[in-house]
Amino acid sequence: MTQDTIDTTADNAWRRRDPGAAVLEVENLHVEFRTRDGVAKAVNGVTFDLQPGETLAILGESGSGKSVTAQAIMGILDTPPGYVTQGSVRFRGTDLLTLPEKERRRYRGEKIAMIFQDALSSLNPVYSVGFQIGEMFRVHRGASRADAKIKAIELMDRVHIPAARQRVNDFPHQFSGGMRQRIMIAIALSLDPDIIIADEPTTALDVTVQAQVMQLLADLQAESKMGLILITHDLGVVADVADKISVMYAGSLIEQAPSLDLYANPAHPYTERLLAAIPRVDLKGQELYTIKGIPPNLTDIPAGCAFHPRCPYAQPICSEKVPPLEDVSGDRRSACHFWKEVLDGSLQIR
Amino acid sequence: MPEPSPTKPPLQDLKPLPQDVGVAAPVGTGAPERIGKPRSLWSDAWHDLRRNPTFIVSALLILFLIVVAVFPSLFTGTDPKFCVLAESNKGGVPGHPFGFDRQGCDIYSRVIYGARASVAVGILVTTGVVLIGGVIGALAAFYAGATDSVLSRVTDVFFAIPLLLGAIVFLQSFPFRNILTVSAAIMIFGWPIVARVMRGAVISVKEADFVTAARALGASDMRILRRHILPNAIAPVIVVATISLGLFIVLEATLSFLGIGLPSSTVSWGGDINDAQSSLRSAPHVLLYPSVALSITVLAFMLLGDAVRDALDPKLR
Repeated sequence: MTQDTIDTTADNAWRRRDPGAAVLEVENLHVEFRTRDGVAKAVNGVTFDLQPGETLAILGESGSGKSVTAQAIMGILDTPPGYVTQGSVRFRGTDLLTLPEKERRRYRGEKIAMIFQDALSSLNPVYSVGFQIGEMFRVHRGASRADAKIKAIELMDRVHIPAARQRVNDFPHQFSGGMRQRIMIAIALSLDPDIIIADEPTTALDVTVQAQVMQLLADLQAESKMGLILITHDLGVVADVADKISVMYAGSLIEQAPSLDLYANPAHPYTERLLAAIPRVDLKGQELYTIKGIPPNLTDIPAGCAFHPRCPYAQPICSEKVPPLEDVSGDRRSACHFWKEVLDGSLQIR
Repeated sequence: MPEPSPTKPPLQDLKPLPQDVGVAAPVGTGAPERIGKPRSLWSDAWHDLRRNPTFIVSALLILFLIVVAVFPSLFTGTDPKFCVLAESNKGGVPGHPFGFDRQGCDIYSRVIYGARASVAVGILVTTGVVLIGGVIGALAAFYAGATDSVLSRVTDVFFAIPLLLGAIVFLQSFPFRNILTVSAAIMIFGWPIVARVMRGAVISVKEADFVTAARALGASDMRILRRHILPNAIAPVIVVATISLGLFIVLEATLSFLGIGLPSSTVSWGGDINDAQSSLRSAPHVLLYPSVALSITVLAFMLLGDAVRDALDPKLR
């Protein structure tokens, strides 16, 4: 019954009220890389959850820890140098981080699948695409080669690859970028996972193909009720498909909000500046806005709020006290000492 | 509130039409022009090789050599061990085109029968070296860290021992010698070359995105290594193995020449070259024929290795 209420709520974007239904709960996740130059704190206490059928976008610039978060969830961090030092990743209540590798492997592909940025290099060049899609059925389901191939053709049809039957024996290099990404999606989709993590799935594609691939992901998700975690640095890509957005900066979540709210009225200066940096057609000819400064070095994250050296509203407290992730309203949170002022626009630029 | 949230405007117009292939395919989604049938790395390499005269010549030579090695009686009816001392060091006569060696044995038939030892040692050693070196190199590269340190140091130790010297010492301490023991001796000291090449190749493939992808899709370590890394790393090993095959044949001949390779009861080119040196001035033809056979064989394998390298290494194109 609770399930029904959830699915029919008008405001189905943010369902923290019923954490028991979450398919994935990440809590206080810490990841660090122990390098020769010191310890790089790539992820510092990330907490979020994902409901079935929901799309969560994790937004952040390069080095903000968004991909590392995804790798930690999948359990494919390069160890060494990467270590999960704290936190939990619960899939339907099971903490994946404490599982032995052998058991954890069963979750990969079956329960949580991943799509990577560069589809060409993510596909094995020596096997045909049909073989690679079918491999999922052969390895995880023990299907025969013939059955696996039939399944592969079905999946290629499902991700709208034209002439799937003729192309099933083609090799990755014979496909265009968008088609390769569709093949990656077909592989990820093959075992009906509950969650798909897409790590910048459209970054390597041109704009028209980006829209098609995003639409495909959204359609497939609507069909199968799977949760989708979309990792991206592209505000334009997430706007249409994400239910809620988590913004990351220097390894921490700094704002979480339903997408509409976030775009309409950001509650963190960083998000606000990011949105201001989107090129606008109506301002053609003007200089593009950029956030001054550079992202912090993860081996030496600034004290207090990590964003304070670049923040136009920074006050003395910002360099002293780490702002906690506070509830802004029932469904959104912000890690800024002055989120109220950011929301109502009453802050003065220094 | 409307059911489809306003954040998701329908993008129907962008959806590709699966039926609509070729004609007016949507931008970026259409199947590119199909050029021929699907090509893997291997069929691509084969396509190249078939058009390479070096490959054709060397492959035919090697094929011929293998036939000679397996069925020597097809090429001569004379027993290589039937010797008439009266004919010692005589030149060619009808029926015995290459003449006779010091013991009065038919040189032509000894050259034919000698192919077997060379080809057998060459193939045995190469197979063994690829297996030992391949496994050690692949494991070292794949598991890295301590495993790599240990395996690589062991490889270095064996690599530091000169191949010929190592084989001599090994064979000296062996009570009997035949094709198997000679092959074993060369194998034991020959695998580091392959191990190093394999290690390098696996390290470079290991970082590839498709390996991470395979891991993210639930493949086990062994599956990743066997099915995803090895097929992409094996090309340089094949090249080194083919070229080394010639080297191993020379090595067997050298050992036999030095008298510690195959025993004189086994017909081999190296042994015959050794026997011929005592009468080099008076009867040079005795040395000539087994030497030429050996040279041609080695040349054939080297050429094959070159051709295979050209076909498998796209950077050289």
